[in-house]
Amino acid sequence: MAYRLSVNGVEREVDVPGEMPLLWVLRNELGMVGTKFGCGVGLCGACTVHIDGQAQRSCSYPVSAVGDSKVATIEALAETETGRALQQVWLDEDVMQCGYCQAGQLMNATALLERNPQPSARQIDAAMQGNICRCACYTRIREAIAQVVEKKDTANV
Amino acid sequence: MSDLMERTAAPKLSRRTLLKAGTLAGGGLALTASIPMVARAAAGATPETATLNAFITIAPDNTITIVGKNPEIGQGIKTMLPMLIADELDADWAMVKIEQGDADAAKYGLQMAGGSFATPMNWFPMRQVGAGGRQMMLEAASRRWGIDSAKLQTKMGTVVDPASGRSLTYGELASEAAGVAVPDLAKVPLKDPKDFHIIGRAIGGIDSPRIVKGEPIFGVDTQLPGMVYAAFERAPVFGAKLVSAKLDAVKAVPGVVDAFMVEGNGNAEQLIDGVAIIAKNWWIANQARKQLEIEWDNGEWASHSSAGYDKQARELMAGGKPEEVFSSDGDVDAAFASAAKVLDAEYSYPFLAHVPMEPQNCTSLCHEDGSVEMWAPTQMPQGGQMGVAQMLGLSPDKVTVHITRMGGGFGRRLTNDFMHQSAAIAKQMQGTPVQLIWSREDDVRSDFYRPAGWHRFRAALDDDGKLTGFDDHFITFDLGSGAYNPAAMAPDIFPARFVPNLRYAQSKLKTHVPMGALRAPASNALSFVTQAFLDEVAEAQGSDLPTLMLELLSSRGKFPDTPGFTGNQPGFDPDRAKAVIEKAVEISGWNTPSADGKAKGFGYYFSHMGYFAEVVEASISERGQVQVHNVWAAGDVGSHIINPFGAMNQAQGAIIDGIGQALALAVEIEGGATVQSNFHDYPVPRMPVTPEIKVEWVLTDHPPTGLGEPALPPVIPALTNALAALTGKRVRSLPIDGKALLT
Repeated sequence: MAYRLSVNGVEREVDVPGEMPLLWVLRNELGMVGTKFGCGVGLCGACTVHIDGQAQRSCSYPVSAVGDSKVATIEALAETETGRALQQVWLDEDVMQCGYCQAGQLMNATALLERNPQPSARQIDAAMQGNICRCACYTRIREAIAQVVEKKDTANV
Repeated sequence: MSDLMERTAAPKLSRRTLLKAGTLAGGGLALTASIPMVARAAAGATPETATLNAFITIAPDNTITIVGKNPEIGQGIKTMLPMLIADELDADWAMVKIEQGDADAAKYGLQMAGGSFATPMNWFPMRQVGAGGRQMMLEAASRRWGIDSAKLQTKMGTVVDPASGRSLTYGELASEAAGVAVPDLAKVPLKDPKDFHIIGRAIGGIDSPRIVKGEPIFGVDTQLPGMVYAAFERAPVFGAKLVSAKLDAVKAVPGVVDAFMVEGNGNAEQLIDGVAIIAKNWWIANQARKQLEIEWDNGEWASHSSAGYDKQARELMAGGKPEEVFSSDGDVDAAFASAAKVLDAEYSYPFLAHVPMEPQNCTSLCHEDGSVEMWAPTQMPQGGQMGVAQMLGLSPDKVTVHITRMGGGFGRRLTNDFMHQSAAIAKQMQGTPVQLIWSREDDVRSDFYRPAGWHRFRAALDDDGKLTGFDDHFITFDLGSGAYNPAAMAPDIFPARFVPNLRYAQSKLKTHVPMGALRAPASNALSFVTQAFLDEVAEAQGSDLPTLMLELLSSRGKFPDTPGFTGNQPGFDPDRAKAVIEKAVEISGWNTPSADGKAKGFGYYFSHMGYFAEVVEASISERGQVQVHNVWAAGDVGSHIINPFGAMNQAQGAIIDGIGQALALAVEIEGGATVQSNFHDYPVPRMPVTPEIKVEWVLTDHPPTGLGEPALPPVIPALTNALAALTGKRVRSLPIDGKALLT
């Protein structure tokens, strides 16, 4: 079955079974491997992408359900201001160890801050708890998000 | 593996270090250092040698390229080793590029990620290499200017003449430097540590800028022209043999390229029986597994279970007749016969899986000439190369292994079964690159698990409450003679040598469950059982664990600086242990009671040459949910924290990892197979589990050692001891059953 997808603002066409998860369309059909496979059942968040700005688990999102929605992946994260701010603080704070989950962490954190620019510490924990970091860099992920929140806060004053 | 670790644990520098200089193709300097390391040998044995090599190039454009030879699993080695070279070279870190080397024992010497060994192995030699390069830059400038090199200085990648103020960059000097005589590295002066400008600086991971952009960098990101994907179906029951498989339905699935049986080679660490399905898209290959009809012969193993092992272990512990005594001091029986008080408790811990975030995978291409090229996320690339060569009947030079960055390791990728599987599949697809990927379910159910274990401890206390006797009957598994045993308890595990009458004995259970090293192998379990039981001893004395530990550690001096002591780790120093304990007591406010509903617990452990003492403050809800609020850790890993960023990340991550294991993790065997399958029933810690963590480094005048592991072990007993203080009930079995503590 042929599907037309909008991925990072580019129209792409693929011919795959409709139930194929978006993750495997991205990775194996389109060669976009920034989005990661972690569990395959929506438990770890490594595969997080944005679909119309919402964080979604691409491993459990059938390609047939994408329709006209706009898909954004880690490869295009730098195109948004929030995404760029998070990428920079991720580097400034040396958030990661192995780094494998970080595409998903960044995509989820970006969606959080786009939705709620001033989350409390508890809201950050609640929003990020779907994303596993096996190296357990949670202290730094927390601090990095809080730093971007603080900067936004200062900018708004 | 253990042999390799021991061999390289405590290298002494040889004077035969060779530095070779050459000219780069486009101009510039290529430096190759070859450093024979003479490992300390056990008394009477012949010293074995290993080689550590280093490769540096300095191009005319000032780019300094250092080959990162060790596999990067997130421990930060790819950033840290070049820091050692660059500092002594007096380079500008901004100009340093790091390239990952392929697996090549002849070229690089040992390449491995495991055992927290890279730091102690490389601390001196890599600095010497950098210092040798700096010397050559000085010499080249000296020739150019006709000034004695002793009058010149280096600064941030330049040679400066302080008298005239002129300077030349390393890039400008590189081609000339290739022509100067190479210095004798054993005589090259090293920096005074106060002049370090890279060592000790918080430096971000070298690959991180690429990772935040989602660039292809991990093993599973490998993409080759014409590449296809493989899924592998193995027997649920460990040790089962493939009898037959019907493949027609699978081959008929649209998108499936091929399906075939793979015959194992009798070595579960290499290749087990299974069926490979090849497709143009991995999801299609994996989905097609549902169409498989396979008959397995489970042999005798389908009757094995965790519950069965537990029953056998409890019977053995109750029986009190161990198969073997492996450590003995004084007269234990007499100590117990004359004891005023005897404590007797059974402890246990389950199998654990590694579950690195990047599922096991490997990409292989069998070329037309039969040689194999592999892109492998492996902690033991040379082991994989040798094993695959042997399995396929090739000479090792016909197997090329490209080392990729790894999405975590934790010891799982020390075993290269996925590499062998990938190579065996690629051999049947000659000319076509194949990427084998395991599902998370495959990963959880086909691991080499942290061994479960059981201990029956007894302690004898005299009239004054003094600990006079200590007895452990350890129930572990028989993994076959000569096999690396990741559960092995060294004869001198604490409190051995610190209690006058002590006996460690063991009995072994037959098993087929594959086992391997998990981060801080053996220590991740022995820390819990020994420190939790000693906490019981301290309570019976009316004392507390830090006080008991300080008393025991004061009873004797430093161990001889040879392996064979304290888990084959050289030179255990009780004074270093005491210092971290005192520091943890101080920073945690140990002697100040916690607020209502919270309590503190203490744990200490020495592993992988690092000394850590940790205090946990925890609470428990009315429904039995345990929450850790604070962790205070004091660690001594020597004279320098080479990269404070990486070091703190390792310590924090290890602490959360340990808390997560204690709170929730267990792999259970039923019907000879693993019950758990994914993160819903193997719930690794998530962000809300994360406590406030304060880590303080105790710097001592010893060469720096590694941080991949030693911060993990003490947090587990610190947590269970906190819960004992909070509820009055002892946690003697992991994972923690919070509800049971409230009844």
